[in-house]
Amino acid sequence: MPIDQRPDPDQLLAELKAEEARAQRGRLKVFFGANAGVGKTYAMLVQARAQAAQGVDVVAGLVETHGRLETQAMLDGLPALPRRAMPHQGRTLSEFDLDAALARAPGLLLVDELAHSNVAGSRHPKRWQDIDELLAAGIDVYTTVNVQHLESLNDVVGQLTGVRVRETVPDHVFDAADDVVLVDLPPDELLGRLAEGKVYLAEAASRAREHFFRKSNLIALRELALRRTAERVDAERRASGSATAEGRVMVVLPYAEQPDRLVRHAARLAGRLKTDWFAVLVESPRLSRDAAMRARLFAALKFAESLGAETATLPGRDVAATIAVYAGEHEVSTVIIGETPRRWLSGLRSGLAERVLAQAPGLAIQSIRVNAPERAWWPPVDLGRRSGGMLAAAIGCGISSALLVPLSKVVELPNVVMLYLVSVLLVSVRFGRTAGATSALLSVAAFDFFFVPPQLSFNVSDTQYLLTFIVMLGVALTISQLSARLRFQADAATRRERRTAALYELSQALAAALTHEQVVEIALAQLAPRVDADVGLALPSREEVLSHVGGAPVDLAVADWVFRHGQPAGRGTGTLPASSAYYLPLAAPVRVRGVLALTPRGDWQPGPEHERFLSTCAAQIALALERVHFVEVAQEALVSMQGEQLRNNLLSTISHDLRTPLTVLHGLASTLASQPLAEVSQSLAVQLVDETRRMNELVANLLDMARLQSGEVRLRRDWQSVEEVFGATLRAMGQRLAAHRVVLAVPADLPLVEFDAVLIERVLVNLLDNAAKYTPAGSTITLAARAEPASLLLLVSDTGPGLPTGQEEALFAKFSRGTAEGSIGGVGLGLALCRAIVHAHGGTISAASVNAKTNDEAVGAMFTIRLPRRPPPALPNADPDFFASPPEAA
Amino acid sequence: MPVPSSLSALAPTVVVIEDEAQIARFVSLALEGEGMVSHVAGTVRDGLIAAGTRQPDLLILDLGLPDGDGIVLVRELRAFSDVPVLVLSARTQESDKVAALDAGADDYLTKPFGVAELMARVRVLLRRHARQDASSRDGKVTVGDVEIDLVAREVSRGGEALHLTPIEYRLLSVLIRHAGKVLTHRQLLLEVWGPAYVEHSHYLRIYMGHLRQKLEADPAQPQHLLTETGVGYRLVP
Repeated sequence: MPIDQRPDPDQLLAELKAEEARAQRGRLKVFFGANAGVGKTYAMLVQARAQAAQGVDVVAGLVETHGRLETQAMLDGLPALPRRAMPHQGRTLSEFDLDAALARAPGLLLVDELAHSNVAGSRHPKRWQDIDELLAAGIDVYTTVNVQHLESLNDVVGQLTGVRVRETVPDHVFDAADDVVLVDLPPDELLGRLAEGKVYLAEAASRAREHFFRKSNLIALRELALRRTAERVDAERRASGSATAEGRVMVVLPYAEQPDRLVRHAARLAGRLKTDWFAVLVESPRLSRDAAMRARLFAALKFAESLGAETATLPGRDVAATIAVYAGEHEVSTVIIGETPRRWLSGLRSGLAERVLAQAPGLAIQSIRVNAPERAWWPPVDLGRRSGGMLAAAIGCGISSALLVPLSKVVELPNVVMLYLVSVLLVSVRFGRTAGATSALLSVAAFDFFFVPPQLSFNVSDTQYLLTFIVMLGVALTISQLSARLRFQADAATRRERRTAALYELSQALAAALTHEQVVEIALAQLAPRVDADVGLALPSREEVLSHVGGAPVDLAVADWVFRHGQPAGRGTGTLPASSAYYLPLAAPVRVRGVLALTPRGDWQPGPEHERFLSTCAAQIALALERVHFVEVAQEALVSMQGEQLRNNLLSTISHDLRTPLTVLHGLASTLASQPLAEVSQSLAVQLVDETRRMNELVANLLDMARLQSGEVRLRRDWQSVEEVFGATLRAMGQRLAAHRVVLAVPADLPLVEFDAVLIERVLVNLLDNAAKYTPAGSTITLAARAEPASLLLLVSDTGPGLPTGQEEALFAKFSRGTAEGSIGGVGLGLALCRAIVHAHGGTISAASVNAKTNDEAVGAMFTIRLPRRPPPALPNADPDFFASPPEAA
Repeated sequence: MPVPSSLSALAPTVVVIEDEAQIARFVSLALEGEGMVSHVAGTVRDGLIAAGTRQPDLLILDLGLPDGDGIVLVRELRAFSDVPVLVLSARTQESDKVAALDAGADDYLTKPFGVAELMARVRVLLRRHARQDASSRDGKVTVGDVEIDLVAREVSRGGEALHLTPIEYRLLSVLIRHAGKVLTHRQLLLEVWGPAYVEHSHYLRIYMGHLRQKLEADPAQPQHLLTETGVGYRLVP
């Protein structure tokens, strides 16, 4: 059976999405060198100038020339961003200005020294984080870096050269760069440049010259840089094949000095194997007692995460088994374990590597020697708790002795031993290992003193009892160890369960929330007691402006950054670490819904476990906010829909109720008019019909006005021929224009124009009706149209008395008429309606009196309608002649 | 007012479906005044029953009925009868008119309307219907002073041949086939250009303009190729 070679659709989709994200992101080009002085900055400027020559908007964000003239010359003509002055320990340092760069938004920005550490108080501690934000904003960046600054090679370079640099760049930044340009210079030439003083040396030059710029070092560094570049090229070549599950790497953090060393080793190994890798910490009782070690290991875990590892803390009863199970679940094939030198007692046990191998024989184990932590014989522990434990041990022993002494004649000695062991068990379960051990020692002493003959003396008559003491002590100590460990695990399980329960309660409580306010209230009430921190919430307004909505105060500047970037910031993170609170985005599936701020109340070291708990809480709150948001959106839509429905129903009811009697009246009147009647009755009937028609017009205008004003009129725009609309209008006017002369002036080549013909016909009917009413019989009414590039003009003019001077605009107001109390009917709604309809089309309507040039007397009114116009659609395909007859003459 | 059955065999039968008794009354009066037989129904249900049992020659239908939409009635009616349907509707209901016409109604009348208008429409529809039944045509039609020979496919005015393009001729022949009836934009586009063009109403505007230029005495104020604003076109011979 052939193997299915088709790509997994999910994977394809993920790749497509990643590609899309890349397309929006700026491109990063890294000029990579073996060490200082190879000419990275110069090479960067050469390429930047070439880009500028092609019309790219190139801006020098920060370029270190170190006073070299040739480099300085390359910068001439390139616009440069001013640097930002940052006060630092009494001095003023000029730093790269990230905000200015973002605001300037050039096409290509040059930022030297990728590995640079920013002055405390900057937004990000590291420059590569600044650059990451620039790239996220869609700005292309050129930068430079030396091989010794790469995180995973940092210690290798340190061992090679004896000089360790502190400023490092995570490898993923380097690997994610779109282009890497290797700037290479043979060591001899470099040494030559060094001799000429062309190489800038930041640190104490003499030391550097001695140690660093030895030819052997330079060769080694060059090899490293070449190899690293080759690896990258290799990775690009194989980019089609994604990381394989096969050969995944996992590092187990040792309880030792410098766990980072192991992490780096694992990162390098995973990088070479092109696989995912994991860093795990097995939490044992020992770790819980050593706060310093705990902090160091969590830092290492975070470091591993920054190098691209997936991290986990595992509860461990049996460390080896825990590792074996995790490795199995995550298809790990290589496990890196740190082994401390055996001490006298642990030498009896087999090493962790052996034990893991015994559990999972398929794994490849790399065992690396690490130094055991330097620590006091007794690790520093809370004295209060300890003395309490000691006291309890003494009391427990005392009570046992007090109970047993009176019975010493009755109870056999082995049973006495058993009863002492019970007290040891109880003490160690309740008060931990130290109290248990104390209790064990005291019990043995008490047993010797009170029960072993000779009684009330530590002397022993029978040497047999020495064995009893040893066994008793051994058993008691073992009991105390085991029960203490049991207790620790019970505690850990309880903590975990408490978190799960907290999450469950939070989600339960949030599920009941119906408004934003309720969500905020519930979130604050539920979270505050559980996270040992003051909790504050900031939510965006409709205008996307964050504001503090409850709980502890929130620094809105930091919150805003978190809200816009969707990443945590503040204390303990890589962004704005100086702020006092830890800020978490409330990221819901659709978008970020707000920001959660946690200001720790005491010494606060969030482990990965705790961070995961917090982000899960944040996600729950975000989900609740999103749900509430959409409920509100739906409700608003429903209300507006109901409102519209109600208005429409009302209007059609009124329309129906007004029209029905009018229809009946009109019908009956016209029936009457069609009967053979006396002349007087006949004329009355005709008048009745006329009035009904007028009444109907009025009602129609009123209803149309109401419809337009309620904003519910949907224009039925269509491509119209103006000539046709004029024709239909004249036909609708019927007999009303019989007494007037109507002139149409429509150019033959007038293009089609898009509008609602029914409504524009209403406008024209109203204007013509006015013209017919206000001009004497026999006047001429002109209907004209004209196309302008972006508009259509419709003109209705007459040769009547014109408009009252200065009142042209007032005519369009509702219920206004030209002549205050005329004999002519109408309430002056017509023009207001015209204006409403034309405005709905995005056009204008105006009125003016037309003055003949020869005399000042007005010779009529002119109404001008201007409708917006766009080019008409393509005409139908050529329609060939069908009839063989010759073309028409006309 | 019952009419003797002997008369009703000759007189056209009209079913008036209108829920407003007053309107129904004067419509009936007008019809009966012309010697027709009218039956009034007030609901969609009764209207359909009357249409099925009275063997009407014409249906006058109000679109707003208490138990449903008049358009539904037209659709159901068309399943079993091709009797002409005249729709009564308010002015602002252009989309309803178009829907009713597309569903198979033949003409519409906007409320309020006069008896004269009503009877003119009724007579046109009855005549059309009768002619269709007789299906006797010599293939020659006159529109104003223009003669169209549908057999020879020739158009002439006063003996002089008029030149029409194929699409113009097809448009004219569709209008003639349904003379007197309102054809919606959609119906015309469908018959002349085909189903892919039902949204291209600007084709129609342009060709209707061409036809008017050739057939009408005053294209700006047509007498035969009439515009029914917002609805469609109608040819009045």
